[in-house]
Parts: sequence; C-alpha cells; structure tokens
Amino acid sequence: MTESERLDATFTALADPTRRAILARLMESDASVMELAEPFAMSQPAISKHLKMLERAGLISRGRDAQRRPCHIEGEALKEATGWLEQYRNVWEGNFRRLDALLEDLQSTRGRPKRDN
Amino acid sequence: MTSKLEVRAEGENAVVIARSFAAPRDLVFDCWTKPHFVKQWLTGPEGWSFLVCEIDLKVGGQYRYVWQNTEGVTMGMTGTLKEIVKPEKLVSSEIFDEDWTGGEALVTALFTSDDGGTRVTQTVVYSSAQAREGALASGMTEGMEAGYQRLERVLDEMTGRKAS
Repeated sequence: MTESERLDATFTALADPTRRAILARLMESDASVMELAEPFAMSQPAISKHLKMLERAGLISRGRDAQRRPCHIEGEALKEATGWLEQYRNVWEGNFRRLDALLEDLQSTRGRPKRDN
Repeated sequence: MTSKLEVRAEGENAVVIARSFAAPRDLVFDCWTKPHFVKQWLTGPEGWSFLVCEIDLKVGGQYRYVWQNTEGVTMGMTGTLKEIVKPEKLVSSEIFDEDWTGGEALVTALFTSDDGGTRVTQTVVYSSAQAREGALASGMTEGMEAGYQRLERVLDEMTGRKAS
C-alpha cells in the first residue's frame, strides 16, 4: 500500500463510530475479540469485520496467540491521521476566532448591524 | 467565550467543519457572503491577507478570493454558487488556481439557529480521497505554528478603533 492509500484506509476506518469506540477501548489496554464484542452488543463476526478494517488501515495489530489474538492499538498511524485533521482544524479555528471578534464588534459597537434584507 | 470547533473526516472524501457563533443567523450569513465582512476573517494561516475578495451573490454567480502572504506569494480560488437560501444554506463548488485538490470541491454550509446563536455546519466533499489529502498539502496549512497572535492583534485594533 502506498502512503496515500494507507491514509485513505485510515480515514475510512475512522469514519465509523463503532470503530472509533473500539480504538478508544484499545487505548486503555489490549483486548480480545470476545472482550471487544461485549460492550457493543454486536456479534463476534461483526466485530471481526471492523477489526479487519482497522488492521488494514494499520491502526491496530493482532497478537500471535492463536486462541485470543489480542488487538493492540498502533499509535503511529493514528497520529498521522489526526495530525492531518489537526492542521485543517487550526486554520479554521483561526478563521472562526476572527469571525467571533467581527460578530461581537458588529453587534456591540454598531448597535444594529447594517443589513440589506 | 468561544464555542468548540468540530472537525471530522466523513466517509472517504469529505470533511465536516462545524461551530456555533454568538450572533443571529442573518448576521452570520452576512459575514459569510459579503466581501467587506469576509475579508476581515477568512484569511487562513498567520501572515496571509486578502488581495481580491469579490462575491456575486446569486445562483450561478461566482466568487473570487486571492490571498497574499507577507512574502508576496499569492494563492487564488474561484467558487460558483449553486444554491442560496438566505439565511439558511449555501451550496457552491470551489477550485483553487493551483488545483491541488484534483478538481472541484462541493461545499455545503448550513446555518441553523442554536440556543440564541447560530450553528454553521460546513461539509466539504472533495473529488476523491486523494483530493482530500491534497488539501493538506495546500499553502493554507503551512506555517500554522504561529498560533493565535493575529487574533490578539485584531482585537487590539478593534479596541483602538472603538476608542478613537
């Protein structure tokens, strides 16, 4: 997989709330499929499908233990993906803070803002 | 008090940007659609400002933004308005001159009244997953470490203007 394809897979994996919840759980500790399935009221095959997508995206790895195959979160891929959003977020946060100031100014100093309805 | 900004990837090729503002909906809509307001806030990262800010606010009308940084580098973008429902909704297609996003992006902005203020939810659908990454490589995302010093200057300027 190229860097670009891997980032695509990461975003697709992160777009689903169940998969994000699984990652949040794995941030606490490694867990088996059975342990992960429990709080989500989902079948093990359904959880396994989500895990395959997370694994493909490089967000988790599976242990070698044939019985449990514990899932482990891979921090680097997650950091890469969230770093991308973090930059995007910073630009918009900057824009919106200026807009906050402008809106406040329009409402306080001009009394009634000038509008052409 | 500032509201929390929500930024998230959606599906394979979209990004959602949502935030609430402490102002009535028609005023927020005006700030989004009138050039003399837009150029006061939509300036992107530290060091950039508007060189051109024109908006032909009608369906089929175009808007043209050109930014310039302190080193004289310019960056331009052209948008075409597809749908205008004042003060609720704006739909447009956008493309940067350098086209680092591999084709047009479809931008939908929804303005909803929210607890005395206005919530704006912007969905940017890029032409592909690769295009969404292209947005990352854009000049808009460079040099952001400077943080929010600019905001303080704007506030200072406004306070100064009020006093004079």
